[in-house]
Amino acid sequence: MNIIVLLKQVPNTTEVKLDPKTGNLIREGIESIVNPDDLHAIEAAVALKEKDGAKITALSMGPPQAIDALSEAMGMGVDESILLSDKAFAGADTWATSFTLGKAIEKIGEFDLILCGRQAIDGDTAQIGPQVAECLGIPQVSYVFEIEEIEKNGIIVKRRIEEGFERIRTSMPALLTVIGEMNTPRYPVVSNLLDACREKAPIKVWNAADIGVTTSEVGLEGSFTNVIKTFAPKSGRAGEVLEGDTKTQVKTLIGKLKENLLV
Amino acid sequence: MTIWIDIDLCNGCKRCLKECPYDAIEMKGDKAYILDRCTSCGACLSSCKQKAIGTDAEPKEIPDFNDRQGVWVFAEQKEGKLNPVSLELLGIARALADELGQDVSALLLGEQVSDMSEVLIHHGANSVYLAEHKTLKDYRTIAYTKVIEDLVMSYKPGILLMGATHNGRDLAPRVARRVGSGLTADCTELSIDPEDGVLLQTRPAFGGNVMATIANRYSRPQMATVRPGIMEALKKSDRKGSVIKHEVSLLEKEIGTEILGTVTEKRKSVDITKARVLVAGGRGVGNEEGFKVLKDLAAVMNGEVAGTRVTVEEGWIPAEHQVGQTGQSVRPEIYIACGISGAIQHRAGMMNSRYIIAINKDPLAPIFQVADWSIVGDLREVVPELISQLTAHSA
Ligand SMILES: Cc1cc2nc3c(=O)[nH]c(=O)nc-3n(C[C@H](O)[C@H](O)[C@H](O)COP(=O)(O)OP(=O)(O)OC[C@H]3O[C@@H](n4cnc5c(N)ncnc54)[C@H](O)[C@@H]3O)c2cc1C
Ligand SMILES: Cc1cc2nc3c(=O)[nH]c(=O)nc-3n(C[C@H](O)[C@H](O)[C@H](O)COP(=O)(O)OP(=O)(O)OC[C@H]3O[C@@H](n4cnc5c(N)ncnc54)[C@H](O)[C@@H]3O)c2cc1C
Repeated sequence: MNIIVLLKQVPNTTEVKLDPKTGNLIREGIESIVNPDDLHAIEAAVALKEKDGAKITALSMGPPQAIDALSEAMGMGVDESILLSDKAFAGADTWATSFTLGKAIEKIGEFDLILCGRQAIDGDTAQIGPQVAECLGIPQVSYVFEIEEIEKNGIIVKRRIEEGFERIRTSMPALLTVIGEMNTPRYPVVSNLLDACREKAPIKVWNAADIGVTTSEVGLEGSFTNVIKTFAPKSGRAGEVLEGDTKTQVKTLIGKLKENLLV
Repeated sequence: MTIWIDIDLCNGCKRCLKECPYDAIEMKGDKAYILDRCTSCGACLSSCKQKAIGTDAEPKEIPDFNDRQGVWVFAEQKEGKLNPVSLELLGIARALADELGQDVSALLLGEQVSDMSEVLIHHGANSVYLAEHKTLKDYRTIAYTKVIEDLVMSYKPGILLMGATHNGRDLAPRVARRVGSGLTADCTELSIDPEDGVLLQTRPAFGGNVMATIANRYSRPQMATVRPGIMEALKKSDRKGSVIKHEVSLLEKEIGTEILGTVTEKRKSVDITKARVLVAGGRGVGNEEGFKVLKDLAAVMNGEVAGTRVTVEEGWIPAEHQVGQTGQSVRPEIYIACGISGAIQHRAGMMNSRYIIAINKDPLAPIFQVADWSIVGDLREVVPELISQLTAHSA
């Protein structure tokens, strides 16, 4: 079986702190990590490989330093990696990103299963999985937390929904987006990591020409949506600090609640 | 694409610094410089009044979309029950459509679901596109995508909204790609740009640390998924509307997926999203025992208890009480945060409460930034005092 894993390098947003004086984000010194959901996708792929045998290719679009994320994936048991890197890819929305990834997957050629994370912790859209599946014209199952069985031409999975889960059979090839509940990702093995850093490591770098796309189809130019403004979340609350000892504070509070007809 | 700053034109106004989601622009002296962290996302481009920010991206022409009219809402239903987000979407769609002077339509897909049409009309739809077919009984990606594609291609709406539910976030990206349009995820605010009538879509990103406003100027319909629990549904009225039946011809073999079964996991005994008052506890509550007094307060105020992820992980309260990014989004009349620091992932779930009261012994706790009334103090004193004064008050 041929498995492709999509992975994204992201800033570790859980380390983001607010500057108490200015209310701005402090981003200095934030490390880049493999998107957390993607670690679960890699783990799922490696588990399938250990069970039935498979060849795993990891694919990531990003700046040159995203090679670190691919090396980590190789450390976990991925066989081959491809980094899509080109200035032309920058500024892509999910339309352009999924198109670019789709073109690269067509170039890779054979695959039975594509695994990706449900959501990246920076862009947070959860749109890439379904849109890559649409580009390739294959079915998708999102929010997968268990692969039950691989059949001859299909696969049975469990999909998380708000009130429980669905058991779904999908034909193959198919794309699955996975959530953290799926498994516990293993740590990369040091010797694998070292191999991934070698000169002849099986990590290829492809640019726009390699996958046969033009600048106007990818990156900012190939996008429909644009971020036109960003800002720190504001609360717009009264923010009144109630003074005095506990009794007085509580008394004032109840006064406020009464004033606003809340009690 | 590359982005650069023409230093001679830069007047040091710092507008671009604020726009950059990656914090990749820095002042050196009185000029702005782009750092290595820049991902060329383009968010800064329109901020520069001096036109000092340059790019090699070709400017794109904005097509004429005059024939794209109407605000559409995907009415999500399951087994004949409408998902509450469907009515919330109609509420915001109505406001947007009124501003544009256009109509609101709801898309209702399923098997034998026609009786829900009236509810949709009563809550703001001018018309309902009804697609009934046995292959549409349960939500399945490819089947629903195909039907919505047909409808969009036939009737050419200007805006299409879906709930950011599990199914909505599965369906919307697929439909967007199919009909050739952009999509904004998980919006918490939608409005119309008074200048050019474009939909301004605001959403949290970076785990809620950044808010981004996104516009789709180059494709139609303008599509967005909208976070449940944020928009307000309209009160039911006796509004009239039309139902337009859409013929469906779908074959089982085109769909690719088959639902073998649906398992409902232990019904949640409480639904904190419906409570008028929520008394929420954090690590500061200390232990399971500590939640007792919070429950007493909730009882006095006719409310429910809730908690942070920490309290759920510690096993002090069950998971269905968790508020936040990975828990529930709540919007009660009163939210009382006791011993909660106010991490961004927690705030994401409670920021839209009508009134927020925060009790925390640390005056610098971020929760105070979102509170209407703040009490700096020990919750073990404040909460019992609150109970006793409230009981005295109602006696
Ligand atoms: C503040 C901000 C807000 C944005 N909002 C939107 C928006 O609303 N709509 C929109 O279209 N674009 C938006 N974008 C752009 C979007 O982040 C990019 O298109 C990004 O490349 C992919 O989206 P994501 O990070 O949300 O990925 P998700 O769709 O959340 O990622 C899901 C999975 O897809 C795979 N994947 C994602 N990116 C890559 C990659 N580069 N290489 C390999 N695999 C990948 C991973 O397996 C990942 O777990 C926004 C960007 C910013 C900075
Ligand atoms: C991907 C991700 C998703 C997450 N999702 C969620 C989510 O859905 N919901 C969520 O809540 N969290 C979530 N978190 C966790 C979140 O980042 C915080 O860790 C968590 O909200 C902190 O919980 P807390 O406020 O209870 O604890 P702490 O941050 O430890 O705060 C305890 C507070 O109690 C105060 N305190 C202590 N004793 C007293 C006392 N006697 N009287 C008064 N005050 C006292 C302290 O001053 C402190 O401010 C998520 C994190 C990640 C990375």
